[in-house]
Amino acid sequence: MTAVLRSPSGSLERAWLTDLEDEAIHIIREVFGQFENPVLLFSGGKDSIVMAHLAMKAFWPTRLPFPLMHVDTGHNFAEVIAYRDRKVTEWGAKLIVASVQDAIDSGRVTETAGQTRNPLQTVPLLDAITSNGFDAVLGGARRDEEKARAKERVFSVRDDFGQWDPRNQRPELWDLYNGRHRRGEHVRIFPLSNWTELDIWAYIEHEGIEVPDIYFAHEREVVDRDGMLLAVTEFTPVREGETPRVESVRYRTVGDATCTGAVASTAGTVADIVVETAASTISERGATRADDRASEAAMEDRKRQGYF
Amino acid sequence: MPGGLLRVVTAGSVDDGKSTLVGRLLHDAKAVLADQMTAVEAASERRGYAGADLALLVDGLRAEREQGITIDVAYRYFATAKRTFILADTPGHVQYTRNTVTGASTADVAVILADARSGVVEQTKRHLAVVSLLRVSEIVLAVNKMDLVGYAESRFDEIVADFAAAATSLGVDHFTPIPIAALAGDNVVVRSENMPWYSGESLLEFLETVEPSAGPDLPARLPVQVVIRPRSSDYPDYRGYAGRVEAGVLRRGDKVQILPSGRFSTVAGIDTPTGELDSARAGRSVTVRLTDDIDVARGDQIVVDGEPAPLVTREIEATLCWLTDRPLRSADRFQLRHTTRDVRAVVDAVESKLDIASVQPIAAAEMGLNDIGRVRIRLAEQIVVDPYVRNRSTGAFLLVDESSGATVAAGLVH
Repeated sequence: MTAVLRSPSGSLERAWLTDLEDEAIHIIREVFGQFENPVLLFSGGKDSIVMAHLAMKAFWPTRLPFPLMHVDTGHNFAEVIAYRDRKVTEWGAKLIVASVQDAIDSGRVTETAGQTRNPLQTVPLLDAITSNGFDAVLGGARRDEEKARAKERVFSVRDDFGQWDPRNQRPELWDLYNGRHRRGEHVRIFPLSNWTELDIWAYIEHEGIEVPDIYFAHEREVVDRDGMLLAVTEFTPVREGETPRVESVRYRTVGDATCTGAVASTAGTVADIVVETAASTISERGATRADDRASEAAMEDRKRQGYF
Repeated sequence: MPGGLLRVVTAGSVDDGKSTLVGRLLHDAKAVLADQMTAVEAASERRGYAGADLALLVDGLRAEREQGITIDVAYRYFATAKRTFILADTPGHVQYTRNTVTGASTADVAVILADARSGVVEQTKRHLAVVSLLRVSEIVLAVNKMDLVGYAESRFDEIVADFAAAATSLGVDHFTPIPIAALAGDNVVVRSENMPWYSGESLLEFLETVEPSAGPDLPARLPVQVVIRPRSSDYPDYRGYAGRVEAGVLRRGDKVQILPSGRFSTVAGIDTPTGELDSARAGRSVTVRLTDDIDVARGDQIVVDGEPAPLVTREIEATLCWLTDRPLRSADRFQLRHTTRDVRAVVDAVESKLDIASVQPIAAAEMGLNDIGRVRIRLAEQIVVDPYVRNRSTGAFLLVDESSGATVAAGLVH
């Protein structure tokens, strides 16, 4: 992405956003048309907020015909959880919480000291898909986020172990999405595949969508860790040798607090964020996601095992 | 191209340098962010390469990076001051041709690479056949690695002539040849000083300015995806038909016909959550209300009465791209997916297939992986089709294996 990514005139930007919206709504309606029991992943992050907004548009004036599901690591930012619960009530939607903490407590997964909980989401996610009998799982992943995600189909079949086989993906032709699957398999669906981070913000601005405050610049106590600005929280206390300081920051992505970094910013409005995003020379995940730095293929390896 | 978006697919044989070209395009168009470049430099150094291998920008899978090949389509998003691009980078290996078909099915422009040393090989012709069949409106022949043939104009001309011969056989009336060297960047973004005999545009200049043909003014087609019935106190009697306008324009007040049933009604309203529309053109996802309370379901198609009607049929003649290892034979049964309709299908006869070397159809009784051939298909129920050459949306279909769910063929209605 570059600073000249979208025309500042507005007309071009709007036409492109309309195309993206129409495509996403078409995909979401296909999910309703082809599957018995879909679920929409909702974390309170910007991509899933846009997903929920599009899903409501797709079926208007009917209420959202899917439940929402949050795979909760237990290490979330309090502002985001508050936003999540408020929105779910406002929409009259049903929320399922798949809890990493419960999976740790019951011994389904084991926490490694010093490691983030992000990769641990796979087991509770797959458990919840199985126990609820979901056959389609809608998510807000974008191809521009990461090089393994750039390889995803819009309709992406997972086997009965939840695994992704990138070497054996179905051809995806025209916009004829094929959701057929065998018993035990499920299909991950990514209606925002063709959106970039900048498109998401331009759309949020255009539609006037409310997002958690954590996305806007605010004063926060942070430390420098692994080349990122990490917030000091109960899950991420100051380590020896680190000097905490208060800085004006915002979040580009709001995942688990232990692996999500902040960026220095003074952007106080969505319009400011659009400008900052367009000018950034660092990718969203490169700037703020520690778990993608573990190896060259960290995301692919997690996705193969069933991670979103 | 309202909105300035261009969908581009790259195709080429193994080691023609597609990933390098795409990496170079992204890099020279300044679409690579600092952290992504740092990661590529580090990965190149670990592998002992002399410089940064730009192919590592796009080969995102572990196996791709280990083997230095592209296995699956990767979608890239970049933009210049003039235009926004979605680029589908597809693999060259014959075994992954299905992914080239995937990338080409939605593309406006196809960039077919040829190695200047080996010229037009069988795989080049296969890719040309696929993109011409799928009616990608603009084709670029990028002759790569010109540095390895001394930037010789004569070699470039030879390859262009070979390609033109194959194109003519396939009925392709024009293409744009560009000599490039992706590794060094000659004629990719900036025009090369190494080939003064070439006076045309660089690849990026071409992509920024090309205007793919908009296609003819098509009659309106709206396949119904979902019937919207809120049954809420605010909307007790609301009944809308949600779908995307696949062609033409639908207007409030239009007299319409519902196919395949053949019933008539009138468009009472075109709804979106932000208000009613007077009309909706191709590409818009909308919800249509009708003046009459008639039976309309997912899989039906709404067309405008008085415009050229589609064919309502249980038998089609079609061209297939066969995408799986299992051979296709007469009497094989499938699920056929067309617009929003799924019907059971049997292949009555395989009639011919394309001989890639001669680019001519030859008699055949079966089709193998990556074959392109003509078939006759019989259906359990009627479908509502247009010829693919007239309408890419209502002329395209998939064949799906009923037991595995796999997509086994891309189909184009004659």
